[in-house]
Amino acid sequence: MPIDKDIVAKVSNLARIKINNDQLSTISNELESVIEWIDTLNEVNTDGVDPIANVSGQKLPLREDKVTDGGYSEKILNNAPEKESGFFVVPKVVE
Amino acid sequence: MTEITKKTILEIKEGLKKRDFSTLEVTNSFISASEKNKNLNIYNTFTPEKALESSKISQKRIDRGEERLLDGIPIAIKDLFCTKDILTTASSKILSNFIPSYESTVTQKLWDAGALMLGKVSCDEFAMGSSNETSCFGNVINPWSERNGKNLSPGGSSGGSSSVVSSGSALAATGTDTGGSIRQPVAFCGVTGIKPSYGRCSRWGIVAFASSLDQAGPITKTVSDSALMLNVMSGFDDKDSTSADLDVPDFTQTCNDFKLDKVKIGIPKEYQIDGMSPEIIKLWQQGSEWLKDRGAEIVEVSLPHTKYALPTYYVIAPAEASSNLARYDGVRYGLRNSQDNLDELYAYSRGEGFGYEVQRRILIGTYVLSAGYYDAYYRKAQRVRNLIIQDFQKAFDKVDVLLTPTTPTAAFELGSQLDPISMYMNDVFTVPASLAGLPAMSVPSGLSKDGLPLGLQIIGNQFDENSVLKIAANLEDQARFPFLN
Repeated sequence: MPIDKDIVAKVSNLARIKINNDQLSTISNELESVIEWIDTLNEVNTDGVDPIANVSGQKLPLREDKVTDGGYSEKILNNAPEKESGFFVVPKVVE
Repeated sequence: MTEITKKTILEIKEGLKKRDFSTLEVTNSFISASEKNKNLNIYNTFTPEKALESSKISQKRIDRGEERLLDGIPIAIKDLFCTKDILTTASSKILSNFIPSYESTVTQKLWDAGALMLGKVSCDEFAMGSSNETSCFGNVINPWSERNGKNLSPGGSSGGSSSVVSSGSALAATGTDTGGSIRQPVAFCGVTGIKPSYGRCSRWGIVAFASSLDQAGPITKTVSDSALMLNVMSGFDDKDSTSADLDVPDFTQTCNDFKLDKVKIGIPKEYQIDGMSPEIIKLWQQGSEWLKDRGAEIVEVSLPHTKYALPTYYVIAPAEASSNLARYDGVRYGLRNSQDNLDELYAYSRGEGFGYEVQRRILIGTYVLSAGYYDAYYRKAQRVRNLIIQDFQKAFDKVDVLLTPTTPTAAFELGSQLDPISMYMNDVFTVPASLAGLPAMSVPSGLSKDGLPLGLQIIGNQFDENSVLKIAANLEDQARFPFLN
């Protein structure tokens, strides 16, 4: 599957990563060679094989839905690039 | 008396108990060694004052005869573990100013056991890399470089953790392993490390890369030291729902068992690959002979889907990474590139804050998860992953552990591996066990003709770290590896 500059531009927009135009062709070549390599998986017959995500065989436990943590918003905001009155600050999103 | 920095954890523990030296002397020895080795660029953040302060508390407990498992043992922490009030960067520009308000479960267990923190050590950015060259602070230098007159990579991603132990700058270090990030660098640096079974150690507070693969593990000089440290690091944690709610056996109990009667060692034939150095093949055969001498039976086994493990990994790991790394948005923490528009703020912050390899993996991950490709790539890879797991299950019906080389070559020179796929090939022997969540350990077992360390890998059945440690201890005992320090 050829990966052209338009696909890279689309994917980088989905991933919210700003990529300079002069890098687009290098990246598209590299992605294409990686994807071509990944395409070797098509040689494997996986009919009737279940996809697997949990490898430990452990059941994911449920816990009671109650608050166990919190009450330190100031500490959390300490790492914020911009904060005001206990809130994170972002550019205006509604007019 | 052997120099303090050449000793093992067990030897230091004994010396402390017998009052041969104090925790302060031990700590100062490793602080001086770390300072002397500054040119290796190991530390992202050096915290000698922290180690010295804790060493006093450890000494008091030792004096009272109430010492804990790791009292007075100076260790280094991979800069991927969150440490409360201490910079945690994942070697990334995007986290270069991040100070966690909490401590990871694994590091908390180590401090509770009395270990002392020398500092946070370098790794590939977000643990993505096999050479330590993707760190935003520049690469670590393999301590074996000087003796061999070359500029060698320490491997990655736990390159700082492996170098800090190899150079005698710390007694041990924490590492993390997603596709080989403990085993490949310990092989390159001539030290020992184990990736336990997926679920054995809590992932809580470890900067996430690929959540179905990431595991923490110890890096030390000896197998017994790794076992001791793994005893401390392991256990169920209700903050990580994927951690295994199983009893933790004493991992040190099999490390002195040198009789291998009735033990079956599998040699997977698919691990004979093109481009493998002849000296690695020789070492692999030597490893079999050593185990045979101790009474083990050597059995050839087949893992037919081995060659699909790397491409499977390079779908699953980037897919999970693209999702995990979505949190770095320039809003709540980390680097921000201010823009008037929120979407541009995200894009410019991430474009500036992530290095090239991390961007590439996020893009691959986004692509394979995007509409129209999800089934063709991600689902397909999850199905092949199942077949890889079944291969291992069939092999473990016949044998107790598998013996393989850790890497296809010895440490390479910095800057020598330029295209992504040849870099990814470094993990060809380590990735399959990661995909199956199995415990796997690398033991330094010999030197190449150029005098560089080579490692052998032991892969065990799920949650059977004890068999892995037992075979590793036997290899270690036979190999008599000439440690750098």
